[in-house]
Amino acid sequence: MAKKIVILGGGTGGTLVANRLHRHFKHHRLDGEAVEITVVDRDDHHMYQPGLLFVPFGLAHHSEIVRPRKAQLHKDVEFVESAIDRVDHHADTVYLENGRELPYDVLVIATGAQLAFDETEGLTGPGWNERVFTFYDITGATGLAAALEEFEGGRLVVNVVDMPIKCPVAPLEFCFLADWYFTERGIRDKVEIVYATPLDGAFTKPTASAKLSALLEEKDIHLVTEFNTGSVEMDDDGQSGKLVGYDGREVPFDLAAVIPMHSGADYVGRSEGLGDDLNFVPTNKATLQTLAKENIFAIGDATNVPASKAGSVTHFEGEVLVDNIIRFLEHRELESTFDGHANCFIETGFGKALLIDFNYETEPLPGHFPAAVGMPLLKESRMNHLGKLMFQWFYWHALLPGRDVPGIGADMPKAGKQLPNPNKEEEATV
Amino acid sequence: MSTATYAGVAVELNDEGFFVDPNQWTRDIAVELAKADGIDTLTDQHWTVLEFMRKEYFEKGTGPTVRVLGKTSGVSVKDLYLLFPKGPAKMAARIAGIPKPKGCI
Repeated sequence: MAKKIVILGGGTGGTLVANRLHRHFKHHRLDGEAVEITVVDRDDHHMYQPGLLFVPFGLAHHSEIVRPRKAQLHKDVEFVESAIDRVDHHADTVYLENGRELPYDVLVIATGAQLAFDETEGLTGPGWNERVFTFYDITGATGLAAALEEFEGGRLVVNVVDMPIKCPVAPLEFCFLADWYFTERGIRDKVEIVYATPLDGAFTKPTASAKLSALLEEKDIHLVTEFNTGSVEMDDDGQSGKLVGYDGREVPFDLAAVIPMHSGADYVGRSEGLGDDLNFVPTNKATLQTLAKENIFAIGDATNVPASKAGSVTHFEGEVLVDNIIRFLEHRELESTFDGHANCFIETGFGKALLIDFNYETEPLPGHFPAAVGMPLLKESRMNHLGKLMFQWFYWHALLPGRDVPGIGADMPKAGKQLPNPNKEEEATV
Repeated sequence: MSTATYAGVAVELNDEGFFVDPNQWTRDIAVELAKADGIDTLTDQHWTVLEFMRKEYFEKGTGPTVRVLGKTSGVSVKDLYLLFPKGPAKMAARIAGIPKPKGCI
């Protein structure tokens, strides 16, 4: 019988894996049979998530960043539009909310992360989508655009409730763009921008954290560290409010952009043995096989691997994942080759951006990408900003269809990076 | 890296004061570390958290974040801050003799 691969989630990971698997099995039949590939998602709206950052500042619109999911998949990949009830890994079957049952030989979990608004007391209470927004969904990003346009001065607070979050640099980019936006409007001196984070610095990795802290200071953005938001409270006038930390500290705001806590998809919690306490899926960080069962793999934000929850990571994981699914179906040993590679543009406003490139072992370092001649790393440049803008085209036309990009592979390149040299005082360029 | 002596044991610490080798930890050491951090008596609830953190560390390779701790240790986030006022995840990790929780990438 033909083997069945079921992919849960038609976002970045699910789409590129489906298209790559389809291309492989079109040319290499398995034991003389074709392989059937099915993608499940609860809706048919594929969002280019990096675009959300630009919506609040009027630099992108809803209609520019959403396309149909089905249209991104090869026509021979079946697309099923339904929410997922649960996975029964004993029966190798997915149960959908529309009543359909999907038996599988290989399952891929690619359902990403979701926003857990309810984990923060008062977040969606009074003031929600009026003075308190998130730009991590389209409703919030669009609402925030209107609120920013009307904002004439006061305290803008950008707050990360807890890690991990999707695109950990996005809140910083939001701060930088807000600085640019209010400068353009000529009211920067009337706006105080505050970044409140649960981390003990601007970012998690030391070299990048120091660089980004310096940038915040340069742009007069105040950094509040080790702040764990317990609740959001509005003042009686309904125009301002405060974030209250579990340690009792208060951060008052006139407008707040909050990044809520993240969790995995709800159905993961309903599927025995599949997820952890936050519904992320425990996954081998090098092979991308889940710990739940050998025929279940996972990719992207849905996993618990210690890499950034970012599209670039998902893209790089895709190559290893597809290779390992083929190996699994051919009864060959899996490859342990995913190195945690991430590559992120950090928009810094005024037409410039930084670029960082790192993996499980190597923190973001200065230098150039992908080799000694290339885009500057950890340094503001116009070229990086253009790279960020160009990326959307690349996303729809190369990344999702699963085409290889010359020069950008799954493994993190070391050429061009200034790696610390333990034997010398100065840093050496490799 | 530095060495400090707690409860008669020479312990290796990293630059931020976290244990390099969690196996060097003992309950007597925890009592001394807690005192140095302003906690005079470790209550049963403190011990529940400390032991939970060590268990998580040995199972998963990193200590839990505050939020996960609140969900899974049986002690609410609010209570965690009462027990470890300087920030539960880091303070409890130091007293529990495990490295600083990564929590985030």
